[in-house]
Amino acid sequence: MSNRQKTGKNKPASSFLGAVGAIVWKDLAAELRSRELLSAMLVFALLVILIFNFALELDPLTRRVATPGILWVTFAFAGTLGLNRSMAVEKDRGCLDGLLLAPVDRSAIYFGKTVSNLAFMLIVEVVVLPVYSVLYNTNLFNPGLIVVILLGSIGYVAVGTLLSSMAVQTRTRDVLLPILLFPVVIPILIAAVKASSGFLQGLGWTDVMPYINLLIVYDVIFTALAYMVFDYVVEE
Amino acid sequence: MKPQPIALKVLNVVSVLLFLAALCIVFLYAPLEATMNYVQKIFYFHIANAWVGMLGFIAAAVAGVVYLVKHDQKWDIVEQAAVEISLVFFFIAIAAGSIWARPTWGTYWTWDPRLTTAAILEMVYIAYLLLRQGIDDPDRRARFSAVYTLVGAISVPITFMSIRLFRTIHPVVIGTNATTSQGSFDMTSKMLVTMFFALFTFSVIFVNLFWHRIRLGQLAQQVEQLKLEESQ
Repeated sequence: MSNRQKTGKNKPASSFLGAVGAIVWKDLAAELRSRELLSAMLVFALLVILIFNFALELDPLTRRVATPGILWVTFAFAGTLGLNRSMAVEKDRGCLDGLLLAPVDRSAIYFGKTVSNLAFMLIVEVVVLPVYSVLYNTNLFNPGLIVVILLGSIGYVAVGTLLSSMAVQTRTRDVLLPILLFPVVIPILIAAVKASSGFLQGLGWTDVMPYINLLIVYDVIFTALAYMVFDYVVEE
Repeated sequence: MKPQPIALKVLNVVSVLLFLAALCIVFLYAPLEATMNYVQKIFYFHIANAWVGMLGFIAAAVAGVVYLVKHDQKWDIVEQAAVEISLVFFFIAIAAGSIWARPTWGTYWTWDPRLTTAAILEMVYIAYLLLRQGIDDPDRRARFSAVYTLVGAISVPITFMSIRLFRTIHPVVIGTNATTSQGSFDMTSKMLVTMFFALFTFSVIFVNLFWHRIRLGQLAQQVEQLKLEESQ
């Protein structure tokens, strides 16, 4: 609380959006040079898809039913990998302390990290979707599906960034994030899988709308919650 | 070590007596259900355990919020106590429900919204305990636990709603919706009295256990402080 009051009283040196933008820029620039996070996420995502091929015997009939599930399991797994890494890098090199010292509102750090995590996740999804389409001869280019993927990823990253900044500060950091994250993102996975399968089966927007609404509600609630509690997570 | 306060000692005795009375009422006073016979008796304890689990869930969420506002370690102890009690009682409720479901529904488990949500809630609690285990600094542990309790308290009801949505739009396959209606029964007034008595009994047991667990938490905190002073 004391920290929040302090940052509230001092006038931030730069604007809120400027701070968010700076953090996103820093993450993207670092990633462009090292490419360690994105390459790991991508290779992992492709491996998961390959493993599903053997685990489920994906003949055309099974594919129709299983595609949305496979896609979301892949995104969720690759997502945890990215979330963990992106926060661990901050923690290991003392970068997080540097960020916390900066005269900006703490929530700007949260939003910055969330936007860059979202960017990484979307990049992975943009690569995985066409590869999946080609490998399994399934047409995934559907505007509805893209909306679902965007909304689902926002919710996933909103909670994931908050929980990963907690997980990296614990002793069991490498294993903790999925355990913390998966039980609380189940609504996202349910709604996203159902909405995706609806669109892929050619249903219209009205049929899928309940799930889209659920995704929007989840995104709004958890972004707001993370915004309110992020201070307590990084407070020293 | 401080001895147990008198009120707590009285509550211990009252809890035991009430529990014995509840057993008598369930087995001797409540009438037998026509089709399910003796199996239905477990219903009184099943619902009472689930009720206490819910109480613990709400208590934990409230304690989490209060901790974040006040930053007082005592609310962290309350929150942990509530989570642990809720974890155990929900587990008993799930186990009792499964025992009841086997003869009435013909299966130990269905992926019904309530069952699934209870199972996911247990996972959230286990994750909560693992999170606590991984942090040494008491202040940070308390902050993270409170934040996670809050995340869980908001996501679990949404999970329940989304599974319900999932099931209602989902076509009825063999053994899902068709069986949930089975095993429902009309309660006679004697059964209602028994149910409310069981709910009351378990609420008292909840308060009693909650008090004990908070006291244990305070003692553990004292031990931790003594150890700290010793090492310095």
